[in-house]
Parts: sequence; C-alpha cells; structure tokens
Amino acid sequence: MKMLTVSGPPSAGKTSVVLQLAKNLPDLHIGVVKFDCLTSYDEERYEAAGLPVVVGYAGKLCPDHFFVTNVQEAFEWGQRKGFDLLITESAGLCNRCSPHIRGVPAVCVIDNLAGINTPRKLGPMLRLADVVAVTKGDIVSQAEREVFAYNIRQMNPRATLLRLNGITGQGAFLLAKAVEKAREIETLSGMQLRFTTPSSVCAYCTGEKRIGMEYQLGMTRPMVFD
Amino acid sequence: MDYTLEIMSAPLGALLERYPVCRDFLQTYGLEKLDLSLPLPKALEHDAGGLTADLGLSALDLTDLLNDLLQASRRVEETINSIEIRGGTDKDGNAENLNVTIRTGEIVSLVGPTGSGKSQLLADIECAARGDTPTGRVVLFDGRALSDEERFSLGNQRIAQLTQNMNFVIDVSVQDFLQMHARSRMLPQPEELIERCFETANALSGEPFTKDTKVTRLSGGQSRALMIADAACISPSPILLIDEIENAGIDRVRAVELLTGGDKIVLLATHDPLLALSASRRIVLQNGGIRAVLETNEAERKTLRELREAEKRNADLRRVLRAGERIGLCGNYTTD
Repeated sequence: MKMLTVSGPPSAGKTSVVLQLAKNLPDLHIGVVKFDCLTSYDEERYEAAGLPVVVGYAGKLCPDHFFVTNVQEAFEWGQRKGFDLLITESAGLCNRCSPHIRGVPAVCVIDNLAGINTPRKLGPMLRLADVVAVTKGDIVSQAEREVFAYNIRQMNPRATLLRLNGITGQGAFLLAKAVEKAREIETLSGMQLRFTTPSSVCAYCTGEKRIGMEYQLGMTRPMVFD
Repeated sequence: MDYTLEIMSAPLGALLERYPVCRDFLQTYGLEKLDLSLPLPKALEHDAGGLTADLGLSALDLTDLLNDLLQASRRVEETINSIEIRGGTDKDGNAENLNVTIRTGEIVSLVGPTGSGKSQLLADIECAARGDTPTGRVVLFDGRALSDEERFSLGNQRIAQLTQNMNFVIDVSVQDFLQMHARSRMLPQPEELIERCFETANALSGEPFTKDTKVTRLSGGQSRALMIADAACISPSPILLIDEIENAGIDRVRAVELLTGGDKIVLLATHDPLLALSASRRIVLQNGGIRAVLETNEAERKTLRELREAEKRNADLRRVLRAGERIGLCGNYTTD
C-alpha cells in the first residue's frame, strides 16, 4: 500500500485537496483517516465522494502525539481494507506539529488568504513537506501569490510547490502525478517521524488548570519581561 | 553549484552582502541576532540561547537548508519566445485538428460563450499540458514539452495570471506592496521599476491614487490597474494569462497598448469586443474545443477604431458627470 500524509493549518483546504486528488486517481482504491481535534464535518464529504473514512479526535491530547500513537493502526486498517493508497489528513495542528514520516510522501496545504507571512510562521509541517499545495490562489493578486511562494521557498527550498484550486480541481492532477511516484510500504513499524513532537510534559498536560508558580511542574519556559 | 563550503567558511556578514536572500533566511529562522563576523556554524556554536534546539535543527541542517535556498534562488528567469498549443479534443471527443503558435509581444484573445472552454485552455497553458489534461492538448514552450520536474518547479514563474476575482489581501501601502514584490524577485535596483509601475497604474486607472494608499482601500478599477501595471513592470513571468477584466473600470485601450509589443506573451479571455479585437488574433472556443483562430481583418480594425472612439467619449462623459457638470452645455466633452 502507498501512503500520503496531508497537513496544514485549519481551513486551508486540506479536505478539498484530498478530494480533488482522489478524483485524479480514479484507478486507485483510496481510504482516508482524518485526525482532528474536537469536531469535524469532513466525514460526510469523504463519504459523499465514496471514500472510506475513519475519523479520530485528539481531544485533550496533543494532536502530534495522538497521530503518532495511532498511525500504525490506521495503516493496518488500510491494509485490511485492501486500499492502494491511504491518506492521513491531520487537522487542528499547532505550528510546531509535523505529522510527516520519513519515507512517506508528505503534503502541506496552505492557503493564500492566510497572509503572506504565514509560511514563515509554520514550522516543520511546512519545512519538512515534500509537496506544498497552495490553495485559494484564484482570489488573491498575482504579486501576493509570488511573494507567498517566495516565503514558502525561504522555509522549504526543497519542496515541490504547486497551486491547487480546491473548488475546480485545477492543479490537482500535478499532485496526483507526484503521489503516483510514491513507493509501496509494508509496515510503518520501525519507521520514523521526520520531526520530534512538541516536548509537552508539564502539569497542564495532565489536567492542571490552576494558574500560579506553585502549580507549575515539569517542562516550563519563563518569558523575560523587563 | 554548491554553496556549502562558502557557508561554512565565509562570515555571515559577507554572505549577506553577496546574497541578500540570506537576510530573509536568518529572519525566517529567528537567527538575526547571530554574530555576523563568524561563519554560520561557528555563530551557532556561540549562540547560548539554544536557538537550534528550538528549531529542531542542527548547525549542519541549517547549512544544508541555506545551501538549498541559495541554489533555488539563483535567478533562473526564463525567457520564452513562443508557446505552441497542439490541438486535442472538445467535450465530445471531436479532434481540434490545429496548432496555434503565439510569440513574445503578441496578444491573443480567447472568445466564446461561458462554458466554452476558455478557462480550460488557460489552465492547459498554466500546467504545460502534455496530453494529460481533459482536453488532451499539448502545450510546447519554445518548441518543447516541459518535463514533470519543470512543470512542478517551485512557484511556476513562467505564468502570471490576472482574473476578475483577484483581490489584495495584505494590508500595506502601495509603495510597500510594490517594494515587497520587487524584493521577492531579488531585484538589485527596484526603485526605478516601482516608480514606473506606480505611474503606469495611475495612468490606467483614471482615478489617481497615492503611494501611501493602502492596497486594500483601492477601488476596483484602481486595484485592477495596479495589478496590470505590476504584471507588466515587476512580474518576471514571460507569459501573462488574463481572464475577463472588462468590467474592471480601467482604461482598456491603454492596458492593451501597455501589454502589446513588450517582452510577454499575453492571452486574454474576454467577452468584450474592444478587447477581443485589440488582439492581433482571436481563438474561438466552442463546446470545450478550439473552433477557429481568426486574424483581425481590415473591417474589424475599422470597427475597433470606432469602438475606441466610443470608449473615449464614454470616458469623457464619465469624467464630466463625476465633476457634477451638465452634459453638452459648454462643449465639455468630445462631440462627433
């Protein structure tokens, strides 16, 4: 089975990109696992498109941790179902997140409306992606699209950058071409994340809500105020 | 070309001098405060703040990244002298049976009813189709099909686009906007281009605006004018695809003049007779396919002259009405 990880900030158009991609790979049996935080309405969109989907909610867990502790099982589900391609879509990510795996093609979806400096604010999910799919380019000026692309290049000079219209599907077939080249994978067990997950082991991770020095345990980082 | 040795040995300050893009790199990674008298790996060693740990990147990773960036940033500004569209099929699978070649300096218009395939033709050109789009067309650049790698190349700088739906999203002044765009192209002396672009935009818009106007506050016409001027003056792309700008409230005659005979290939999808006839040729689309390619003939050029006159008269009338004057009382507009 082939696999693809898709990440990106909320409302960037990840689901639309995956749906347009699937349309351009009509010969492949494709399944989707959606990792989200609290709620998601994308299940219906995938089902309407005839794509088998499982949705998992991170809830109070950090989305990165939630992803990495479930992705092997997701992969095995895909194998049992006999998919040719399993796509994981990770939503609700913090900018320190990166659900990308070495040896598995990684797509970061980012939209032109997010503001031209957004590429610089996104961390490893953009920096370590193989393909950066830029959406909503049809509604911003050409100059902004160019500056946006320049800023992406600053963060990730290696990635393939393509413009993709999530509504019309324009550009999706280029993404499909990139995905077709992905290699077959037997198992994720033993493979590695491209980036460490956030080091979030503090009192608040475990349910603390009270504010104050005496409640702070574990990893903290004091800001400096003059 | 590999920059690794240079990055490892040259002081950061010297790198910044040589490659201005390094400044943005340091800023992007929050490394502006590094000691510029040292090479990058040494400067990182001396940094006690643990910047690299935060980034999750070692000095070696950052050296690699900067090397990649410098390689990717080498100015590979393409010049393209011609594009050739090799016919595919229409929506019913009927062969188009024709090839169209368009050369630098030429404007070609695309006409046909909504849904006839104008946007798909623009899309075929944008993605350098190789028989793998729904139309099966092949688009050649200077006589050759692009490799997948070239089609995917970062940013796709071959093609610039201008459509009715485009807006300015960023909230900055016209001056800052143009500067930012020029800077992303790494132009050494952008001031002159920015000035020219600004003046051109004002000439096209009819309604003057200043350099400190926020781009988000520009009227529809002013925005379109600035986008066209920017595409003509600052954008590096040798090919410009324009989709229906007729309702934009700009001086269309001047816009066409600005774009003709320059160093660009311009394709213009339009429903507007003035724009359609301003092109030297027009591609007629029907049912998803190219039905004909027509050269503008003498009779049509005569009609174009009349349309231009009417356009001018219309513009004069608009000006007079806006000024609160009455029409025809004191010869305040061009009469026949």
